[in-house]
Amino acid sequence: MAKNTQSSRFRGVDIDEYDENKFVEEQDEASEQQGPDAREVDDLIRQGDTMTAFHVALRNPPINSKNPAVKERAQAVVLRVLTAFKSSDIEPAVKSLDRNGVDLLMKYIYRGFEKPSDNSSAILLQWHEKAFAVGGLGSIVRVLTARKSV
Amino acid sequence: MSYHSFLLEPISCHAWNKDRTQIALCPNNHEVHIYKKDGNNWNKIHVLKEHNGQVTGIDWAPESNRIVTCGTDRNAYVWTLKGDVWKPTLVILRINRAARCVKWSPKENKFAVGSGSRLISVCYFEQDNDWWVCKHIKKPIRSTILCLDWHPNNVLLAAGSCDFKCRIFSAYIKEVEEKPAPTPWGSKMPFGEVMFESTGTAGWVHGVCFSDSGNRVAWASHDSTVAVAEGGKTAVCTSLTSETLPLLCVTFITENSLVAAGHDCYPVLFVYDSNKAALSFGGKLDIPKQSAQKGMSARERFQNLDKKATTDTKEAVLESVHKNSISQISILNGGKAQCAKFCTTGMDGGMTIWDVKTLESAMKDLKIV
Repeated sequence: MAKNTQSSRFRGVDIDEYDENKFVEEQDEASEQQGPDAREVDDLIRQGDTMTAFHVALRNPPINSKNPAVKERAQAVVLRVLTAFKSSDIEPAVKSLDRNGVDLLMKYIYRGFEKPSDNSSAILLQWHEKAFAVGGLGSIVRVLTARKSV
Repeated sequence: MSYHSFLLEPISCHAWNKDRTQIALCPNNHEVHIYKKDGNNWNKIHVLKEHNGQVTGIDWAPESNRIVTCGTDRNAYVWTLKGDVWKPTLVILRINRAARCVKWSPKENKFAVGSGSRLISVCYFEQDNDWWVCKHIKKPIRSTILCLDWHPNNVLLAAGSCDFKCRIFSAYIKEVEEKPAPTPWGSKMPFGEVMFESTGTAGWVHGVCFSDSGNRVAWASHDSTVAVAEGGKTAVCTSLTSETLPLLCVTFITENSLVAAGHDCYPVLFVYDSNKAALSFGGKLDIPKQSAQKGMSARERFQNLDKKATTDTKEAVLESVHKNSISQISILNGGKAQCAKFCTTGMDGGMTIWDVKTLESAMKDLKIV
């Protein structure tokens, strides 16, 4: 018996895969979700049109994607846009979004909180305050309960 | 609107008798207490002790005057009133996790129990053996069933589950009933058939309710959304994301209006427009007491600024009637078609009876269609 329990290389079958009680997430198509177009957003920021850059950055969120690189890229683009805004412009930008847009913005904001860099937290907190005023506690609850997030 | 505080502990679940003079509730322990209304007071007349675990669901059948209770001890008991005492009959549910909710069917010949074993037990009485027998609905449920509601045809059962879906099953038991007529949800209804499964919402489904006709089903989900689905060739589903904390219970008060309540401690009205297939927020159904605004001295202002970084005079006290989350809502008068009164109980141990007419006149823009 002692010899048997040393190496488990002889175990060829992963029994957890066959457990009928295993919860398997529904697989959804991730084809078109490549995240926002970084170059387009950069151009718009350079031109000073932060509002359009904002809307472009919130398009095509990589929600269904399983690729972490895509999600990182999208997060970086959105963070750039959020940092490029002046404090006074934040409120009209948030007001221009619809319900789903506010939820999506909240998801990016919380994602941004996860990895704080120099000034990002302060800016994100300003955005958070304005987004909370529009979306309320419900939008934060939806960030916490979302199965497919950015 | 009348508020009565029964206990300091949360009321886990409650049920009313037929003429609404008695209420059976679980004071967050293994017992069921039955209170009888006496003028303005409530007197405890019975204590039902049989469960070994917290009682999670109570339902009182109005016509046959039987109470069914289910608990975390994986059992359900059917109580019948013999003289002046309630006598329990054990029902073997064959589940290996806690039971979470129980509902009598409209004709009271069967009841359904939702449990943590990822299945629904539909129980019916077998005359020959003088015993309650149960059948299981297992597929395709993937997690705990949190809430149940029966369709008026006594066959279809809506179930909300922790696997983020609301489903309508057929609970047709051929031993106790005839074959049901076709409904907008489908015509072939063998036992366990899934007539409808929701998509889209993410979040545990805390409360589910059929409308009075049975053609619509509404559910409240933990991601702060409420959704309504209408049966038909292709079931139409509309949902509304709200700005409030998640709602725990929902009920129709007319064919087009829903009342829901939850962690925000006040009931909310939603209106469903079937022509536009849209659900909209109708209003907050709570009349807060107008507290006198005290003037603040400069010293108090500075203190507030120092302590709380704000000069706001609002205190952190809930202005709603319930001081903690509302966990269950039940219709008292008028049925789901023309509800006149409904009752809410919550985690603050209190019960409030709401009068729809008074609410309509008190809130100016409220319209209950």
